[in-house]
Amino acid sequence: MYRSLFPRDMFAEMDRLQREMQQAFDLSPTIRGFGRNGFPALNIGGTPKTVEIYAFAPGVDPSSLEVNLERGLLTIAGQRANNLPESDAKAAVHINERFEGSFRRVLTLPDDADPDAVSAKYRDGVLHITVQRQASSQPRRITVQ
Amino acid sequence: MDNSNTPTTSSRAAGSKELARKEDSTRYSDAALTPPVDVVEDSGGITLFADLPGVSRDKLSLQVASDTLTIEAESGLSVPEGLESSHTEVGLGRFRRVFTLSKELDTNAISAELSQGVLKLRIPKAQHAQPRRIEIQTA
Repeated sequence: MYRSLFPRDMFAEMDRLQREMQQAFDLSPTIRGFGRNGFPALNIGGTPKTVEIYAFAPGVDPSSLEVNLERGLLTIAGQRANNLPESDAKAAVHINERFEGSFRRVLTLPDDADPDAVSAKYRDGVLHITVQRQASSQPRRITVQ
Repeated sequence: MDNSNTPTTSSRAAGSKELARKEDSTRYSDAALTPPVDVVEDSGGITLFADLPGVSRDKLSLQVASDTLTIEAESGLSVPEGLESSHTEVGLGRFRRVFTLSKELDTNAISAELSQGVLKLRIPKAQHAQPRRIEIQTA
């Protein structure tokens, strides 16, 4: 199992454990599971106007990154090159923890996400995707006559 | 750093604020993520790759003290105002990892490169530690 970033701090670790326990006891998880151990790691949040997705994918060639949106499903796919020497080279690999190869992560967007207003930025190894929420679903104050 | 020209009263206020902040975050004060690394050794030295997503050059600190190498970094992720997090896999914005170096490595000649969140460190071996072939005498 690949865990891209693992805290060695006990409290942070316990927090994570607690969250995972909570999810494990959730009797109806989503059909795609939690994808907690995948690459890239994802942080997802929202503001009243947007849905913000952060994919932690350092060292990926931006041209190999693919972000697709289809029927409310957002797919982040790409490839990370291997920088380890060939096995026949005169070099020893002492530690090999970093992810290599191709990856794909899929997530469901909320119903009010606007598929035509998606922007993606890749900077310092973090892919930041912003999806606007549809204007019609934004909170409005209704004036009482 | 820029405390030199601030009046004492405000610096005291800043100090107490600092203290409050510290108390507030004691639980996480030392918490940092351990970045995954690759370490490869060839005849000329050691190359280390570390994943530090969201880290820019000015937020990265590399320190060599006697025989330990410390990598410390902070992610400078800009988050829009009013963001409510719904799913978190990277819960901290700080990275730290410490390695013990061995004495044949030349710590004065380390070179570092940071690109797209990946740190590449090259630690060459000292001149006297470069490989040489040892002749085997046959009796």
